[in-house]
Amino acid sequence: MTPDINFGFGLSKSSRINLDNADNEKFRELAAREPDILKCMACGSCAASCSAGNFTELNLRKIILMLTRGAEKETVRQLESCMFCGKCILVCPRGINTRHLIKSIREIYCRPCAEPETGNGI
Amino acid sequence: MDNNYNTIIIGAGPAGMEAAYRLSVFGIRTCLLEKEAETGGHLLKWDRIFPEGRKASEILGFMRKRIESGNITTITSARIDSIRKKAGNGYEAELATNEGKKTITADTILIACGFKLFNAAKKEEYGYGIYNRVITNADLENLFKTNSTGSIIGENRTPAVGFVHCVGSRDEKAGNRHCSKVCCATAVKQAMEIKEAYPQATVYCFYMDLRMFGRHYEDMYLEAQQKYGIRFIRGRVSEVSEDCNERIVAKAEDTLSGKPVKITLDMLVLMSGIACNPDSGKITGSLSIENDSDGFIKYADSIFGQVKGPGIFTAGTCTGPKTLPETINEAGEAAAVIYGYLKGNSNNF
Repeated sequence: MTPDINFGFGLSKSSRINLDNADNEKFRELAAREPDILKCMACGSCAASCSAGNFTELNLRKIILMLTRGAEKETVRQLESCMFCGKCILVCPRGINTRHLIKSIREIYCRPCAEPETGNGI
Repeated sequence: MDNNYNTIIIGAGPAGMEAAYRLSVFGIRTCLLEKEAETGGHLLKWDRIFPEGRKASEILGFMRKRIESGNITTITSARIDSIRKKAGNGYEAELATNEGKKTITADTILIACGFKLFNAAKKEEYGYGIYNRVITNADLENLFKTNSTGSIIGENRTPAVGFVHCVGSRDEKAGNRHCSKVCCATAVKQAMEIKEAYPQATVYCFYMDLRMFGRHYEDMYLEAQQKYGIRFIRGRVSEVSEDCNERIVAKAEDTLSGKPVKITLDMLVLMSGIACNPDSGKITGSLSIENDSDGFIKYADSIFGQVKGPGIFTAGTCTGPKTLPETINEAGEAAAVIYGYLKGNSNNF
């Protein structure tokens, strides 16, 4: 048994995204069900028009981005603030059905509805 | 043989060839000079041309057929030893050719000496010429042409491939402040071609801005995302190294998430940009016309183009980055202006 030699220092977790691990099963399932997610060009219209985004961390542009980078934990938790008002559908220039997309993300990534995760989620 | 022409055309790439053809239709006699052994310029190196992916060889074949005219004398492997204004009107050039020295004269000169592809080895941090798996856009075209992408990727049917946009473009330190205009569309085209060849590949494009400015180019971008699943990462690759398996490790910032990213790749393609042709300085120097600070020939007018010298004209990328259709258009326009000039209509600036 190794002695406890915690001097009050610890290593910070790296915030780097390792793209070698970006392809996970959940994202492939999501892309199969919602192929339009690939069309996002990160313009930010959805986040700009989002009612909930004014008061919470919710940002659909970032969520889509982080899912395509294989980082999901923090972003999926953000979706809990979505009220499904659908304003983001109206403004999306690529015609993505964002409300349906959010529903699918929640179904695939929160199954069974996961405990809120802590940490930086990367 | 008669060595007097109406127009000397310097460079038998797409601009020079198209201008020669257009002038021949007007009955203008031209001498088309090419320093390489073959006509075609950069088209010779390319496999397919965006946005439709037409074969470069097909386009070149068509253009070559059009310059088979009694009005056009094509001299390949030609070196211009001197070129100058004659006393009175017209110009005189001394050439070194395969048949020996030769002096030709003409009323007008069309400069169509094109561009040089940026030398990617100058960006040492990308490891071109150091790591075998790092190649340029031109190298990749050659691999497509010879059906030999396997020489880099090997037997791997699920390779990871990265494209770095803006190599030697929008880069003051590399001496090129300008955007090369065509590389974004070329990168997207090549990324899709990789997916055609390797449907299981993972393909990343590292871009600063995606400049898909032309008609149908945005469709290419959408197709790349939707049909081929190409991943676009906004951020410039900052450094490249090799791992113990001789695969490439690239680092960049994903500027949209604000996080650093790292990826291991089987092939990294550098999108070398359009840089000025240093030889154009020799020509413009002896004809008393100017080059800009970026090395490209200076237009006399920012809207109407053309250069200052009487009887001297330009076409194509010697005056800055252009797509192939833009080059062809400018060559046609130059031919019309030259025709007008020879008929006594001097609309030079």
